[in-house]
Amino acid sequence: MPEIRVTPLGAGQDVGRSCILVSIAGKNVMLDCGMHMGFNDDRRFPDFSYITQNGRLTDFLDCVIISHFHLDHCGALPYFSEMVGYDGPIYMTHPTQAICPILLEDYRKIAVDKKGEANFFTSQMIKDCMKKVVAVHLHQTVQVDDELEIKAYYAGHVLGAAMFQIKVGSESVVYTGDYNMTPDRHLGAAWIDKCRPNLLITESTYATTIRDSKRCRERDFLKKVHETVERGGKVLIPVFALGRAQELCILLETFWERMNLKVPIYFSTGLTEKANHYYKLFIPWTNQKIRKTFVQRNMFEFKHIKAFDRAFADNPGPMVVFATPGMLHAGQSLQIFRKWAGNEKNMVIMPGYCVQGTVGHKILSGQRKLEMEGRQVLEVKMQVEYMSFSAHADAKGIMQLVGQAEPESVLLVHGEAKKMEFLKQKIEQELRRQPAWAEALSSPGVQGSAATWLLPEAKKPRLLTSGWCPQSKRHCASTATSRGGQGLTEPPHSVLKDHCVQHLPDGSVTVESVLLQAAAPSEDPGTKVLLVSWTYQDEELGSFLTSLLKKGLPQAPS
Amino acid sequence: MAAHLKKRVYEEFTKVVQPQEEIATKKLRLTKPSKSAALHIDLCKATSPADALQYLLQFARKPVEAESVEGVVRILLEHYYKENDPSVRLKIASLLGLLSKTAGFSPDCIMDDAINILQNEKSHQVLAQLLDTLLAIGTKLPENQAIQMRLVDVACKHLTDTSHGVRNKCLQLLGNLGSLEKSVTKDAEGLAARDVQKIIGDYFSDQDPRVRTAAIKAMLQLHERGLKLHQTIYNQACKLLSDDYEQVRSAAVQLIWVVSQLYPESIVPIPSSNEEIRLVDDAFGKICHMVSDGSWVVRVQAAKLLGSMEQVSSHFLEQTLDKKLMSDLRRKRTAHERAKELYSSGEFSSGRKWGDDAPKEEVDTGAVNLIESGACGAFVHGLEDEMYEVRIAAVEALCMLAQSSPSFAEKCLDFLVDMFNDEIEEVRLQSIHTMRKISNNITLREDQLDTVLAVLEDSSRDIREALHELLCCTNVSTKEGIHLALVELLKNLTKYPTDRDSIWKCLKFLGSRHPTLVLPLVPELLSTHPFFDTAEPDMDDPAYIAVLVLIFNAAKTCPTMPALFSDHTFRHYAYLRDSLSHLVPALRLPGRKLVSSAVSPSIIPQEDPSQQFLQQSLERVYSLQHLDPQGAQELLEFTIRDLQRLGELQSELAGVADFSATYLRCQLLLIKALQEKLWNVAAPLYLKQSDLASAAAKQIMEETYKMEFMYSGVENKQVVIIHHMRLQAKALQLIVTARTTRGLDPLFGMCEKFLQEVDFFQRYFIADLPHLQDSFVDKLLDLMPRLMTSKPAEVVKILQTMLRQSAFLHLPLPEQIHKASATIIEPAGESDNPLRFTSGLVVALDVDATLEHVQDPQNTVKVQVLYPDGQAQMIHPKPADFRNPGPGRHRLITQVYLSHTAWTEACQVEVRLLLAYNSSARIPKCPWMEGGEMSPQVETSIEGTIPFSKPVKVYIMPKPARR
Repeated sequence: MPEIRVTPLGAGQDVGRSCILVSIAGKNVMLDCGMHMGFNDDRRFPDFSYITQNGRLTDFLDCVIISHFHLDHCGALPYFSEMVGYDGPIYMTHPTQAICPILLEDYRKIAVDKKGEANFFTSQMIKDCMKKVVAVHLHQTVQVDDELEIKAYYAGHVLGAAMFQIKVGSESVVYTGDYNMTPDRHLGAAWIDKCRPNLLITESTYATTIRDSKRCRERDFLKKVHETVERGGKVLIPVFALGRAQELCILLETFWERMNLKVPIYFSTGLTEKANHYYKLFIPWTNQKIRKTFVQRNMFEFKHIKAFDRAFADNPGPMVVFATPGMLHAGQSLQIFRKWAGNEKNMVIMPGYCVQGTVGHKILSGQRKLEMEGRQVLEVKMQVEYMSFSAHADAKGIMQLVGQAEPESVLLVHGEAKKMEFLKQKIEQELRRQPAWAEALSSPGVQGSAATWLLPEAKKPRLLTSGWCPQSKRHCASTATSRGGQGLTEPPHSVLKDHCVQHLPDGSVTVESVLLQAAAPSEDPGTKVLLVSWTYQDEELGSFLTSLLKKGLPQAPS
Repeated sequence: MAAHLKKRVYEEFTKVVQPQEEIATKKLRLTKPSKSAALHIDLCKATSPADALQYLLQFARKPVEAESVEGVVRILLEHYYKENDPSVRLKIASLLGLLSKTAGFSPDCIMDDAINILQNEKSHQVLAQLLDTLLAIGTKLPENQAIQMRLVDVACKHLTDTSHGVRNKCLQLLGNLGSLEKSVTKDAEGLAARDVQKIIGDYFSDQDPRVRTAAIKAMLQLHERGLKLHQTIYNQACKLLSDDYEQVRSAAVQLIWVVSQLYPESIVPIPSSNEEIRLVDDAFGKICHMVSDGSWVVRVQAAKLLGSMEQVSSHFLEQTLDKKLMSDLRRKRTAHERAKELYSSGEFSSGRKWGDDAPKEEVDTGAVNLIESGACGAFVHGLEDEMYEVRIAAVEALCMLAQSSPSFAEKCLDFLVDMFNDEIEEVRLQSIHTMRKISNNITLREDQLDTVLAVLEDSSRDIREALHELLCCTNVSTKEGIHLALVELLKNLTKYPTDRDSIWKCLKFLGSRHPTLVLPLVPELLSTHPFFDTAEPDMDDPAYIAVLVLIFNAAKTCPTMPALFSDHTFRHYAYLRDSLSHLVPALRLPGRKLVSSAVSPSIIPQEDPSQQFLQQSLERVYSLQHLDPQGAQELLEFTIRDLQRLGELQSELAGVADFSATYLRCQLLLIKALQEKLWNVAAPLYLKQSDLASAAAKQIMEETYKMEFMYSGVENKQVVIIHHMRLQAKALQLIVTARTTRGLDPLFGMCEKFLQEVDFFQRYFIADLPHLQDSFVDKLLDLMPRLMTSKPAEVVKILQTMLRQSAFLHLPLPEQIHKASATIIEPAGESDNPLRFTSGLVVALDVDATLEHVQDPQNTVKVQVLYPDGQAQMIHPKPADFRNPGPGRHRLITQVYLSHTAWTEACQVEVRLLLAYNSSARIPKCPWMEGGEMSPQVETSIEGTIPFSKPVKVYIMPKPARR
């Protein structure tokens, strides 16, 4: 049995700089290549020396897969490919390919131009890096080389986010990236078929949280905004440029449309405009409502939302403004906040988490007097609201995905160790009832996961699973039989005398195109698992053999 | 569900036959004497399989009459034996199936052959097709036990076939023909009756998902046919719920539902514990689990079925709305719970603080159950689903369950209210309707009401009106709630003034439902002051009227309220009671006895005097034939006037009164026309005077059409009288034409036509003729043989005397009769600003109208636009433009496109609604008419139209196009 080795270079038991190295049957795949927001030194990028000590990256890695465009999943990519040096293929979805360079460029600008860092990757490096990218479609099986194939599934979370199935021979791993199991205003829910991977690597940001219905939050948000503008107040919504911002825009836009409101909504320009452009283009990646109505009107062609100009902040009358950045620590959002903070009619809505030390965090924890630069004291009279719009799966969502994919083992990453422990217990407890049993591994070291074959409890042969397998274009049926190797190695010629029977070196048998494989050693020596698979043309023979095996082989004189 | 399944099965098997049933038999018989012979020749000619296939395809396009089926079948079978190509055999097999379904042909004779060829067939496709043919034969002969048994036997034999298609068909056959009971073998062949259910059940674990699906479908089919399934399949079905294939899971959900309806009370053990629960509860839990299935088809199916599981115990039911929240392993309250607490603690608005929803107590890690074992949170998931189909199904299911369980209704309220903010309008609308349906069981909390009312600003008219309907029947718990509702409704009124009527109606019900809650609000609402007189509000302000409607309706059951009114309120009451009598009830006001006594509710149960009056006046008229013409005319005139006034006063009698008044008017016109002097003078001299008579004839015709088509609830006996009246009018027309036209040629045709009409009348209403004693037609029919042979001049003479002598027929009143009416709400016709558009292009005019008592408005209601140049245009609204807000009521919201060449100045066009009618569609069909002599086009065409709404003028101005 080939081994699956998983080495997290980052985001093993924390969040940030996601980077996981997976080796399946001699193939090495790197999943995500992110940076850490919290650090400004070497720690912000994953430690690639773990690989480079053995030689060049390109020689070691077969491919790199990027799940979505958030910087903690793709931020280290130019550094990795251009500065450390990697020339192999990088796989990502089309929207990610489109939006990723915008974010990288923005990140580079802040690091180099604002903070004045040297030895950072350049614009040219980003461009060169993006040239190595191979874009994939959803559910498209990409053959990386003869043995390694990958396939993307929809993950929700942000536009273009995907989960990837990596398959080598009969071994497969599913890496979820970040995903969301509840649909929101612009994206659908993550979905995966029953692919029964050997290992499922899932994020676990909200391992110990079960969230309330999204509707309540949305309704609260809309009500707050609506009440404030009706009073004549101004609403400030500090957001990060991508992801939640678009969701909130759609939410407000449709609400304005429905309620026939005329109050202006502004969006601070720059990065967002470019990003919105891509949102308009990648309609197939959005949710049902947007997909269905885009023929009449593309929901991202905002009717009520206009570009913001600095001068607008002083305009009288109600308005709603989306401004970056999201934690009120600098830039436009902070400027507007300063102007409006003094009026109790106004309101600021924080749609996400704020890091300690930022203005956002201060006002959320109830501070009413803020010290600004230059010893000014700003009195905050405006209302401060908090609303959590997060697009990660909660504990229930994670369990739901695990249930959908039916993996043999589960590996939790991208979360806190303590929370993982809880989820691990739960997965073990609740999935043990399922035919495949789950194993949660949560230490950041090197793991080998010994996948366990299905153990039939009954002594009688029984059909475990069956169905058409689209990848191999073969119909598969696996049968458990209590006979030893006997039935397999000595096929009853009396039954199959008209067909060409071949013994293959690995112990399996072919009858015409029908392949009979005996499973590798199982714990019970008296039990074998037989996999019967056949091509479309040989359906008759295949189903005949299966039924034969099910009944038990006739006692054939050999 | 059951009906749905049944329908689907029918569709599958009868699809192809439909066009063949109406065979144009005669034509074929003329052109091709023997169909079978022709086919035989064709097939013999065929040199290659492809040719033969072509011939067969051509053959299949034409229908075959029942007598020649047998011959054709023989030919086909003969060729079947000879044929080597499987595709041709396949086609023959399918033709056999089609032919055996021919009406009037008994297929038992081909069964033996079919079974025979089945045994020798090698190709799987042909086998499957043959089994399909056998299925067709079997379904054609449901009574013949022996055949059924034999077919089941054949099916069982082929179940072991290696092709999934054959197995599928076998299972289908078993499902349709098999029986459960081990009935005693009747026939000599000794075929043992098999336990079909067991056989089908074995195929639940087939290796092919298509066969598994077919097996479940066959099981459902058995159930459809009324055979009782065994409880044992429940466990098998449950296993299939975790199948890899969605169609299997979807069918399995249905099967579980069926079993749960069959054995709701039996006990099943819970695996991995010693407990036992009712089967229906267990099934409910399982189906709930499928609401979070990976495939949305299965999710929709599961959500739909949940709604019909009413026997489930309330404990399980309430779990479906349960979702334990936690944050970092600490218990968190849901927003719903918080809202409830806020409300009960008396706090109103609290600005949301950071950490307002901070998690409270620690959660025992062992107790948290992340994958719900049972019903937990099924609806929470369903309502948050990605696909709106699932959400709608969940809302519907919620509605059905809430209707049967008041406690559940109370609990699901929060979730329904949340659905008011769904992104898809259909879902929002559905949830508002659902809420209205369960509103008897619930009382809205203030915070819920707040959310509900927020939707009033929705720009979709349907949503707003649905919400008004909802508010009509909601229970509000506090006076603040009422106040809030009123304020929001007024806001709505200012934002969307077109909602006026709907809002007034809503407030009417709101007031009459909550008199005690309105009472303390009255001073505030009327802005009265204990010491000072306040300004008198504007009487035409719709908002003020809205407030008054609320107050007056509340005052109806709250006698202390009028004491709070100021003087002008009483004046306004009197005004509104007259102008908006349908919204303002009669009040018992101090010093105004006259208003309250007339229509106080205590009188109504007694014998209705107005009903009596109606009867008496009609009886008086019917005794009139012996009076002198002058007196008769006067009596008729008075009675018509009385009836019209009565109709205005008593809305419930309006239909009857109008109906009889119209009939009397026809009679009056007839009498008047016959009184004309022209009859006494030589014909050619009095051309001018004859105008009155011919106009009368024309008007009678119109009125009779109105009587026939504008009233709902008209029965056959009235139709006879109406047609009789029309016949008289036609006779009158004939006489008038005879007297006024010179030359006999046109008269010949008219006479002919008239006699034809009489003939038709006789044929249609032959059953009713005995009731028409002594009438015009009675006498006419007596003289019919003579009329047929006589010359036109003579005919006219006879008719004239008969018209004068014929008796006045008594019109029996129908039980329930309502006049169709329509009011155009929009365009209001008040605008002075012309609608400007470039000539030659179109302008869309929004038309909004309410229709009452119109039957089948989709086909009958048309919009007419009359241009000033006399050009008239008739527009057929789309069926989707009609909404049905209540029984007998319809609403037409459509767009009419106007266009014209350039005008020099703005002018008015008239828009009105027409009722299209077609008398041939209405006439009851007599047995000999059903043979299909009437072509279908006659049924849909429009014979004429009746305008039934007041015309509305719209000011338009087509400008010349700029070059």
